[in-house]
Amino acid sequence: MKQFLSFVKKEFYHIRRDKRTLFILLGMPVMQILIFGFALTNEVKNAKIAVLDNSKDASTLALSSQLEASRYFDIAQELHSQADIEKAFRAGKIKLVVVFPQQFDQDLSHFNKSQIQLIADASDPNVATTLTNYATAVIMDYQNRITNERKLPYTIKTEYRMLYNPQLKGAYTFVPGVMAMVLMLVCTLMTAITIVREKETGTMEVMLVSPVRPLKIIVAKAVPYLLLSIINITSILLLSVFVLDVPIRGSLALLVFESILFTITSLALGLLISSATNSQQTAMFISLTGLFLPTVMLSGFMFPIENMPLPLRVISNVVPAKWYYHIASSVMIKGLGLAAVWKETLILTGMTVFLLAVAIRKFKIRLA
Amino acid sequence: MRTLKFLLQKEFRQVFRDPAILRMIFIMPVIQLMILPWAADYEVKNIRLAVVDNNHSDYSRQLISKVTSSGYFQLQHYSSSMQQAMQEIEADKADLVLEIPAHFSKDIVKEDEASLMMSINAINGVKANLGGAYLRSIIQDFNREIRLRWIQFPRFNPELNIETTSSNWFNPHLNYRYFMVPGILVVLVTMVGAFLTSMNIVREKEIGTIEQINVTPIHKYHFILGKLIPFWVLGLFVLGIGLTIARLVYGIVPVGNVATIFCFAALYLLAVLGLGLLISTYTSSQQQAILLSFFLMMVFILLGGLYTSIDSMPAWAKAFTKINPVSYFIEVMRMVVLKGSGLWDIRYHMLTMAGIAVVLNSWAIFSYRKRA
Amino acid sequence: MTNNRIITANQLTKIFGGFKAVDSISFDVHEGEIFGFLGANGAGKTTAMRMLCGLSMPSSGSATVAGFDVYKEPEKIKRSIGYMSQKFSLYEDLTIKENIRFYAGIYGKSDAFIKDKTAKLLQQLHLGSEANKLVRSLPLGWKQKLAFSVAIFHEPRIVFLDEPTGGVDPVTRREFWNMIYEAAASGITVFVTTHYMDEAEYCNRVSIMVDGKIEALDTPSALKRSLHAASMDEVFLKLARKAVRSGD
Repeated sequence: MKQFLSFVKKEFYHIRRDKRTLFILLGMPVMQILIFGFALTNEVKNAKIAVLDNSKDASTLALSSQLEASRYFDIAQELHSQADIEKAFRAGKIKLVVVFPQQFDQDLSHFNKSQIQLIADASDPNVATTLTNYATAVIMDYQNRITNERKLPYTIKTEYRMLYNPQLKGAYTFVPGVMAMVLMLVCTLMTAITIVREKETGTMEVMLVSPVRPLKIIVAKAVPYLLLSIINITSILLLSVFVLDVPIRGSLALLVFESILFTITSLALGLLISSATNSQQTAMFISLTGLFLPTVMLSGFMFPIENMPLPLRVISNVVPAKWYYHIASSVMIKGLGLAAVWKETLILTGMTVFLLAVAIRKFKIRLA
Repeated sequence: MRTLKFLLQKEFRQVFRDPAILRMIFIMPVIQLMILPWAADYEVKNIRLAVVDNNHSDYSRQLISKVTSSGYFQLQHYSSSMQQAMQEIEADKADLVLEIPAHFSKDIVKEDEASLMMSINAINGVKANLGGAYLRSIIQDFNREIRLRWIQFPRFNPELNIETTSSNWFNPHLNYRYFMVPGILVVLVTMVGAFLTSMNIVREKEIGTIEQINVTPIHKYHFILGKLIPFWVLGLFVLGIGLTIARLVYGIVPVGNVATIFCFAALYLLAVLGLGLLISTYTSSQQQAILLSFFLMMVFILLGGLYTSIDSMPAWAKAFTKINPVSYFIEVMRMVVLKGSGLWDIRYHMLTMAGIAVVLNSWAIFSYRKRA
Repeated sequence: MTNNRIITANQLTKIFGGFKAVDSISFDVHEGEIFGFLGANGAGKTTAMRMLCGLSMPSSGSATVAGFDVYKEPEKIKRSIGYMSQKFSLYEDLTIKENIRFYAGIYGKSDAFIKDKTAKLLQQLHLGSEANKLVRSLPLGWKQKLAFSVAIFHEPRIVFLDEPTGGVDPVTRREFWNMIYEAAASGITVFVTTHYMDEAEYCNRVSIMVDGKIEALDTPSALKRSLHAASMDEVFLKLARKAVRSGD
């Protein structure tokens, strides 16, 4: 035990001496949660659109101001001819053009029927569909308001409520995702690199010839990062609640427990990478391609997993961040308890045990 | 000039002898371009629907079949219990609950007004919003059909109807690959540029060879050029590989001129390499360099407009994208690849990028010191 | 040996924060001599040497190397010196030939000169068959000899050696010093730091640094005489005992 403690102490000295690294390790999660919490949202707000109004009557003006008033759109340009549309798109700023035909109002009052054309810049298909849908919804609202004034028979009204996130805030989706990303980054990348670094400088050999068992050396390497991660979890949660207004609806204890579990998974992964590589560059390369990108792309917080082709959906199951993301968002946002996430917790635990076992085995083989 | 020749010779030799770098240059782009574009599709489709039907009438059945046949919704759950439906939502098996009240069919016919209730899982706001809008428009259609069935309208429809037609330019089939592949290419080129440069120089610091270089009469700018040129070439090379994969695998043939892309990329890489250089002058170990590059790359890439739209960012984040080289390159890529923009269209981007490159590189050269 | 002064240091000082690493040292080195720069770990040897090589800016005092001022003309100094640091500083992922070519190249030597001299050098070092092997694969002793050869390849007027024989076996150490003698015989001034007191005996003159100051400077035999010591080891122990600073 005493030996073990002296190893842990040594790791802490390393971390504490290297002020720059410590600063990055503790400061980075804070910066990330703030930057991404505020800036990342796949909602489309204030999109710049242009209007080509061939009619300029009371209805088209009303509709234009209706579009402008919604938080989704910002009418940045008035176009005068069909030819302007292409020009506006090519300059790159306009995302959607709304075209009102001639005699819009007249058509509407005489035939109760009129047409609006929406042209989207689909070089970003996500934005294009979203904007088209938003614009359609605004137009529909306008139409409904007029219709309702007329009191038609046989009307079906729809009411709706938004569960969990009535203000439709982007942070609700992203905060649990950023938590997964940050924990992964700190734990996996840092443990992998510190161990490989000791291999590179040769100090690992010194430790391996000492009478301390290799298992202890590994654990001693991981302990400081586990503690660092707990500090990071605390600061992320505080910021989420008090700065980003993301609630913790479920049990805080459960959330912390799950986060620590995920931290251990990440540490195990870092250990595994370190035992499989010999240079810092390689360790970084593996962490980068094997962890960072899959965490962003396949954990479900950026892109919906159900839209992916089958092979990717299968692969996503081995990404630990996917399970953690599910758990964190269930507990934080939905306020569910262990009863609802026990399966995911079990999977994550299984992964951790498996990774640790493989990492330790590999480590021993290296000794022989 | 002769000094530079020797420096370049040495750098290229080292690069081609280092398996880690070779993997980063050859394997990473291929793997990432083959896998990642398939993941990035957030079109809202396959919304999982739970129906709570307390009415069990012809109307309710017709409504349900109309909703499920629309193609947007999948019927996941059907019962008469709101509680059960909510459990589906909690377990993340359903996204949306449609509740049909007991008197639904009676209310339509007798009261002239019936109501439906939707409960939407709004953790993902966008999905919730769009799912709700789709469902409402389907219900409205349904409503119109019922009305037509009950009233024979003389000559025209008394109901106001503004029809919206939509068309998608530049990518009419809304192919997500067209949009993601150029973006991912940008990320790749950026990573190769910034990571490799910063790691390379810091590594020389760590193993001590930089000191040997510092006692030689070599000029600061020679040394820096010797480091920049190889990675500049490699970056353009990765771009070439990427564009080839885009063409062969995804059939993406840029509408504009490929030369335009390379022109811009040449400038862009200068900026990114400058950043890598800067990181290396402010760090003393590979570990620090990796962490710092990782952090900066994450911010640059996630705020670059690839994953989420820049328009919807808050003002400070938008201001940041003005100095973020990644966002310029992503925009240029999309302009050239999908819209066929030429050099003249991207002149503003070129100028800004040249500015960023000059600032970053002079800063780096200024802070690189041959003696402490 | 001429009495031409090729290195002069006057009250040279380096302060890190509040710590005087080098405390106003003054000395001269004559052209063509082997000058031993001795001291315990942490005495300030490497710092002093780094200032002379233009790697570190002095805090005060003055110094010239090969007639050039360390403040104003560090780049000119660099053209006239060779340097071999404590850390092994050849590129392990380049071959022997490539390392030589690279360092010679950045000193501006012509291709013909490089080719010619490389062939001679490889023969001298008996590395002819190994020329295209990566430096990584060489044993440490060979690496050190190669590093020294590379440091004087461009024929500098002075070569600075920072603990060149650390971790090397006695036989190789002997061979290494033979190489130093050859270099000195060809007119290169050798400025060498070391811990090994037997090596100090090989130097023409030695200085001994204690706590950032030069405590003694003379020929080995004169030092032994004045301190009534039988060997340089004893000389060193007598002087170093005064040290307050501990080694690192």
